[in-house]
Amino acid sequence: MNTSDNVLILIALLPFIGALVPGLMIRAGRNACASFTAVPTAIALILLLTFAPAVLDGQVIQAEVKWLPQLGLSASFFLDGLGLLFACMILGVGLLITLYARFYLSGDDPVGQFYTYLLLFQGAMLGIVLSDNILLLLVFWELTSLSSFLLIGYWKHLPEGRQGARMALTVTGAGGLAMIGGMLILGNIAGSYNLTDILQAGDAIRASEWYLPALILILLGAFTKSAQFPFHFWLPHAMAAPTPVSAYLHSATMVKAGVFLMARMWPVLSGTDAWFYIVATTGLVTMVLGALIALFKDDLKALLAFSTVSHLGLLTMLLGFGTEAAAVAAVFHIINHLTFKAALFMTAGIIDHEAHTRDIKRLGGLRHLMPITFFIGTVAALSMAGIPLFNGFLSKEMMLEEASHTYWAGSAYAVPALATIGALLSVAYSFRFISHVFFGPVRDDYPSKPHDPPFGLWASPALLVILVILIGVMPFLADGIVAAAASAVTGADLDPHLKIWHGVTPALFMSIIAIVGGAILLAMHAPLDRAWIKAPRPEAKAIFDSLIAAIVGMTQRFTASTHNGAISRYLAIFTVSSVVLGAIAFMGGGLSEPTRGMLPVPSVIAVGWIMLVVATVSVVTMHHHRFRSLVLIGIIGLTISAGFVYMSAPDLALTQISVETVTIMLLLLALHFLPKETPKESPFGLKVRDGIIAIAAGAGVGGLAFAFMQRDISTISSYHVENSYEGGGGTNVVNVILVDFRGYDTHGEIIVLGIAGLLIYALMQALLEGPAARRLRNADYAQDRSKDRHPLMMVVVTRVLMPIALMVGIYIFLRGHNQPGGGFVAGLVVAIALLMQYMASGFAWTQDRQRIEYHTLIGFGVIIAGVTGAGAWVFGAPFLTSSYTYVHLPPIEEFELATAMLFDLGVFLTVLGAVMLMLYSLSRIARYAGTTVNVDPMDYDPASRVEDTPEAR
Amino acid sequence: MEFLVASAVGTMTAGGVYLLLRLRTFPVILGLALLSYAVNVFIFSSGRLAIDMSPILSKYGEASYTDPLPQALVLTAIVISFGMTAVLVMVSLGAFLEADTDSIDIDQTETDESAAK
Repeated sequence: MNTSDNVLILIALLPFIGALVPGLMIRAGRNACASFTAVPTAIALILLLTFAPAVLDGQVIQAEVKWLPQLGLSASFFLDGLGLLFACMILGVGLLITLYARFYLSGDDPVGQFYTYLLLFQGAMLGIVLSDNILLLLVFWELTSLSSFLLIGYWKHLPEGRQGARMALTVTGAGGLAMIGGMLILGNIAGSYNLTDILQAGDAIRASEWYLPALILILLGAFTKSAQFPFHFWLPHAMAAPTPVSAYLHSATMVKAGVFLMARMWPVLSGTDAWFYIVATTGLVTMVLGALIALFKDDLKALLAFSTVSHLGLLTMLLGFGTEAAAVAAVFHIINHLTFKAALFMTAGIIDHEAHTRDIKRLGGLRHLMPITFFIGTVAALSMAGIPLFNGFLSKEMMLEEASHTYWAGSAYAVPALATIGALLSVAYSFRFISHVFFGPVRDDYPSKPHDPPFGLWASPALLVILVILIGVMPFLADGIVAAAASAVTGADLDPHLKIWHGVTPALFMSIIAIVGGAILLAMHAPLDRAWIKAPRPEAKAIFDSLIAAIVGMTQRFTASTHNGAISRYLAIFTVSSVVLGAIAFMGGGLSEPTRGMLPVPSVIAVGWIMLVVATVSVVTMHHHRFRSLVLIGIIGLTISAGFVYMSAPDLALTQISVETVTIMLLLLALHFLPKETPKESPFGLKVRDGIIAIAAGAGVGGLAFAFMQRDISTISSYHVENSYEGGGGTNVVNVILVDFRGYDTHGEIIVLGIAGLLIYALMQALLEGPAARRLRNADYAQDRSKDRHPLMMVVVTRVLMPIALMVGIYIFLRGHNQPGGGFVAGLVVAIALLMQYMASGFAWTQDRQRIEYHTLIGFGVIIAGVTGAGAWVFGAPFLTSSYTYVHLPPIEEFELATAMLFDLGVFLTVLGAVMLMLYSLSRIARYAGTTVNVDPMDYDPASRVEDTPEAR
Repeated sequence: MEFLVASAVGTMTAGGVYLLLRLRTFPVILGLALLSYAVNVFIFSSGRLAIDMSPILSKYGEASYTDPLPQALVLTAIVISFGMTAVLVMVSLGAFLEADTDSIDIDQTETDESAAK
């Protein structure tokens, strides 16, 4: 990777890095936020322009960061003519908008937030146009939907803003989903997710039977994003956003993303009948319909929104034509539309800002009050109308020229006629914008007396209209970029020459008809407007709202009927589906012949098996008696640990037996506060149903186990056995796996255990501060309390046992690396030793002698294990690489020191801390349960002292 | 031998699932405990059964060993399943103390009323 690659990635990342700053300095004021937004944008733009000469020369700059190359996932970027054009637009207009928004937003708005969203959006947009990997492109695509949602809903207090944001997100998000499907199909056909590869595979893709589904899905994404009919309705509602957002997203960038995508995919997808009829027709309908609605909108921004819809339709139609000349026109119109439409949006924003209304019917005569705004707005609107010497004229002529020789289903007149009508309506609403806002008499009922805004507010649109005039008068200025972008779109080497005068062509006549007709239409606007208002027409928002309500209602009914709070039913459904899925999977493959013989069954094992099965059946039949079933569970656990001993798993046996002990203690403690009997409430039918489910599940699992135990497999286990001693320095392979080979897993597991301990502590804390504490205090547990709570014998025995138990724990810990044992078992053994003290001598007495908090133990354990692992970094080895040595001290035998033992110490501490914290938390309830707590050892129940032994006093 | 282990796993699974589908919290906890025994033995048995072949390397020359990997997995699984049981016990205890019932199904009419409020 060379430096220019890095620079490209840097350009793509800069907005995201920059987005952190304004959000953090939210209190620093508008100037600081705007400056810190402008800096990364400007840097990115300058870096981008350094590539411009090469790209205009026809080169393609590429950069790649490999992530998961096996899956075709890599962050790859490329910059060609089309990408350069869009990236310049995004960054350039981004700068202008940053300046404009600084003056547009009031000091009360959270400006830092705004600029953060803006940069996020800018980064997402830039990502779309620079992505070489279509999966990456999809990620950025969704990111634009999300960040535009934040921007549209920026004024959170406005319900229209929130609704508009939701609608935009729903429509564009749904389209994005469709597009994911389409892109994946495309990637599958092409065999690569890299755009450069896909663009080469055009013939294969068009020939594929999956072409049409992919085309439709991708177009759904593009059409929703670019507000094409019938998805156009979200764009006007998104106008509730602050005007800088509308100018940026809804004229220059986001809505053009769909157009960009169609242009990007043009070499692959275009050139078929399906492409022509879907894309060109949709574009044509959108163009005419958008222009028609725009003519009758009184809200300036709504007018501009529908005009944008119309112009996007125009672009879509041009791309749909599928000819190279049409692609040139489309690229050129993208530039022109950007310049005049962004300027117009900003003009509308200025008028709104100054006059406090954007209702055309309440405006008029602003020519005298706001001469600068008048000039800017008029130039931009004339360009939008397609008047000669402004840039809009040039691309519109090219569009009409293309339309004039396009046949639609055999008709030579349909497309030219409709295109002329679209142009005519466009002239009409552009003229209306000029005459109804700026001309006419000065009124005296504006909500606020308007005058020209400060320079900062009109600087951005002014710069844009300068471009409008420059390109309009000297179109050859745009030759280079249009050629580069159009060549990138078509894949051919185009060299268009843009000029004003094309001679007397059909397009010229169509233009003249449009301009004259538009003027006439405007003259008749008042009666037409009245007729329009009276005419019934479908209201997109109402349809959308009722559609959403219907979907919500449907899902709510579905949820209510399936998710009704009957948790046992969910579990039943879950179990049945697991069993069914397992059965289906089992049906799919055959069963090979058994390759292993069965081991013999000694009689003592048969007895153990009978005990286990009988105990299990008894637990099920006697589960109403809770204490009894607990005893039976204990039997099962002990039988299993005996089984582990027999079947060559001493470590498991040790762990199982100690876990068994603490589990039973835990359940006993909990049962003290729970009902002692389970009421018999299941109807017979339910029992039968559950029984059938249970037997099916049991038969499936048992059968599966039986099947695989009779067959050999190839495993990676031999590696562990072979390397345990040389690599890990221990002969107990299980322990070496835990602390060395798979130490990372173990580290994660002890963290989980620690979190479980803390969770229980936190739950208990919350519980004891809530209404449960009151209930506990009032409950009467006196009858199941022993009269002799701390029997002398037990206290003495546990005290004596304590050092022995600790000794055993340490011994098990130390030998763990070579013999059965280790941190897990040692932690459990020590925990049991401590718990015995709690049981025998009482909670308060033991608590009094506790020196280290259990939380601390957990924390130290996790840290020690982590630091041990990280220590390997110091020696340049990967995380958790262990090393070991043998030490010989004269009085003691030779022994081993391994870093893995330090790791095991972390495991030990965490297990100890977590187990103690769990049981300690549970026993804390007792304090609230009306128990008098003894502090003296070897005490008997203080509550019974008075009545039982009065003479003792 | 294999049949005994498989049938024990099957029996414990069946018992665990049956208890899991009961309507009170305590049987569900017991069911989960049974199910975790079953799953642990199941995973353990995926290393195939072996007698007198502990995965402790012998100092005295060549020996054959059982598969240590499932054992390591099961060892942590035993400890983690204890942690999860403890959390479950705590949650059900808290639910019982707060709601004064250890029924695990949420009464639909009750929730509808509280939603209406």
